[in-house]
Amino acid sequence: MEDQILTIRNLNAYFGDFHAVKNVNMTVYKNTITAIMGPSGCGKTTLIRCINRLHELTEGAYTTGEIYLKNNNILSMNPIIIRRQIGMVFQKPNPFPTMSIYDNVIAGYKINGIKMDKTEMDTIVENALKKAALWDEVKDKLKQKGAFLSGGQQQRLCIARAIAMKPEIILLDEPTSALDPKSTLKIEELLEELKKDITILIVTHNIAQAARISDYTAFMYLGELIEYDKSDKMFTNPSNPKTNEYLKGCFG
Amino acid sequence: MSNTYLKERRSESVFKALLLLSSFIIIILLFSITLTLIIESYPSIKHNGLSLLTGDIWDPVSEKYSILPFIVGTFLTSILALIISTPFSLAASLYLGEYAEGKRSSRLIKAVLDLLAGIPSIIYGFWGLMVLVPVVRKFEELIGIPPLGIGIFTASLILSIMIIPYTTSIAREVIKLVPQDIKEAAYSLGATRFEVIRDIIIPYAKSGIFAGILLSFGRAFGETMAVTMVIGNANYIPKSIFAPANTMASVIANEFAEATSDLYISTLISLGLVLLIMSLIVNSIGRFVIMKLYVK
Repeated sequence: MEDQILTIRNLNAYFGDFHAVKNVNMTVYKNTITAIMGPSGCGKTTLIRCINRLHELTEGAYTTGEIYLKNNNILSMNPIIIRRQIGMVFQKPNPFPTMSIYDNVIAGYKINGIKMDKTEMDTIVENALKKAALWDEVKDKLKQKGAFLSGGQQQRLCIARAIAMKPEIILLDEPTSALDPKSTLKIEELLEELKKDITILIVTHNIAQAARISDYTAFMYLGELIEYDKSDKMFTNPSNPKTNEYLKGCFG
Repeated sequence: MSNTYLKERRSESVFKALLLLSSFIIIILLFSITLTLIIESYPSIKHNGLSLLTGDIWDPVSEKYSILPFIVGTFLTSILALIISTPFSLAASLYLGEYAEGKRSSRLIKAVLDLLAGIPSIIYGFWGLMVLVPVVRKFEELIGIPPLGIGIFTASLILSIMIIPYTTSIAREVIKLVPQDIKEAAYSLGATRFEVIRDIIIPYAKSGIFAGILLSFGRAFGETMAVTMVIGNANYIPKSIFAPANTMASVIANEFAEATSDLYISTLISLGLVLLIMSLIVNSIGRFVIMKLYVK
């Protein structure tokens, strides 16, 4: 069995009166890809947004329960510190439009006021872009704005921006739903490569994608975690009839 | 059947022609105002020539007319007003567009800003005379210069109050336009709210904020009544920012009624022409920047 890195205990998330995530318990293992799938509005995005405390940025939103990163309860820590250790990639590629490719990758350090010399920054940028499989495509135009890249390249730039901070975990919120199949494949291959260093949590409503890349899969429905298991088991022999129905495309 | 159809088509085209005509009148208006100013300025331009812009004496009695003191006065008051008002406008627009966006306090302040923008300028002038002038006089006593109370500084103060609503409204709009997803991307990297404002929002909204400042500048530039009441109406190139002076607009308002000779009147009109051209330039640049912003 792999090492545990993230433990979620009795997690509830609300938007005002709306109960979006209902009493979720799950354990995420180090250096694996865990997929969270389910129909739209099932709370999967809200769940990962609790993990890096972005959920609470919404007016009226709050959470109860515990989320442990190793032994520290994320929900009682300073969110600024947590967010530097847990990276995030969003549904729509969102490089900072006013910054160059280079500045986008180093943005996490610059924004947080972490000082370092030029060679150190160059190394971080080069490594992050190489890990994001983007280096060869952009190495000659690092000073250009990221907005000129294709959608798939922009999304890999966002991945580079997240992993440049050397996080323990990265959260990906339907990262390929705005991309064409070829760019999607490229990002999936990239994630397989990345999991050697980083634990990956990916939200997707693409069942095939979850089956292709994940080691563990969680199925959520109407805010509840219906089933969570090894992907091999989940996609061949799910224990919950709801999961079975969803996989067969009966709803969602 | 086809008869009613033809009738409908005819009334449709008459209606369209009417709309077109009304729109066309707007263009004719600007054109004819400019034309009138040019024609009426002709005697002045013929008599004064380039010395209208280069000299530094405005003396209607000896028929020496140079508008340079007023151009300097106009720029000084407007720029000073921008320097005083921009920090306040920027702070208020960040609060309204980012912190309190959508909240009741934001809506309330927005409504008050719109009311402020609608106050007739003569009221600002009165208020300036009764409240600001004594305050500035005290301040001038304190720093040991002649306590006049009226002058460029007082005019800039009243102007800055008058343009705060404009800069704030425009800056608030562009700050609101900063996409939520790039703000969240910054938060997800561990940015604080201040860091998001400094590194994401301001760079993104920069050109829009600049356009807002420019439009306010255009407004300060042509403001007449309030400035005329507190600027001191002195026709020299001002020696300091506390000196009495005149702007292009204030000298026209102040002297038009007593201009007796045709040349005097024509010179004031040529001053108006210069003011119009400069205002058009400032406003066009502002609109151009805003247009470029919305196209993308």
